[in-house]
Amino acid sequence: MKIKYFAWLRERLNRGEEDVSPPPEVLTVADLIAWLRSRDEAAELAMQKPSLIKAALDTQIVPHTALIANAKVIALFPPMTGG
Amino acid sequence: MSVRLQTAPFDPGAESNLFLASNAGGGAAVTFTGLVRSQPGDPVTTLTLEVYAELAEAQIGTSIAEAVSRFGLIKASVIHRFGPLHPGEPIVQVMALAPHRRAAFEGAEFLMDFLKTDAPFWKKEATPEGERWVEAKPEDDHARDRWRTG
Repeated sequence: MKIKYFAWLRERLNRGEEDVSPPPEVLTVADLIAWLRSRDEAAELAMQKPSLIKAALDTQIVPHTALIANAKVIALFPPMTGG
Repeated sequence: MSVRLQTAPFDPGAESNLFLASNAGGGAAVTFTGLVRSQPGDPVTTLTLEVYAELAEAQIGTSIAEAVSRFGLIKASVIHRFGPLHPGEPIVQVMALAPHRRAAFEGAEFLMDFLKTDAPFWKKEATPEGERWVEAKPEDDHARDRWRTG
């Protein structure tokens, strides 16, 4: 699956997107964030406060409890500041 | 109904006139224009907006449909820029047409409150002291949440 990162999360990770293959026990957005943090130090630091990370599966914003199984693209980003 | 995301500047008055010209029998139209702010005590040289375009189009489209059904709008439009912008330039314009004024005011306000918290844009300010990401404000969440209980 593809993960896209935006705003300061993208800057802190130094990448806008990546393809990942999480293990089968990674079921939800919360699991995915924990798994990404366990993989590298930049992600561990950038996502230290999961409450500051919002998620979208394809074109829908979802809570951290959402199941990621059928998503093609998962976006992770800070709280939005549009308007 | 329309959603437009663009880097190019737009003319707020011309957009408003176009919206009014295709009036479909409404009695009240509200236009809100958001501008890049820069104040003497807190100067901003450039405001850069990042967007997740696919998600923004889907989210704003859904919010327009909700505003139309909830307030009985005849139509609504959102124009939102991204990329580097300068003080005084328009960032966003929301337009709502309704049979009566209250629905037009409320529909436009609902859409703006939604854009502040639920549309995937992120603002970065360049100032004489350096760059900083704009932080989400709790009052914007409160403004959005009051529509959920209302």
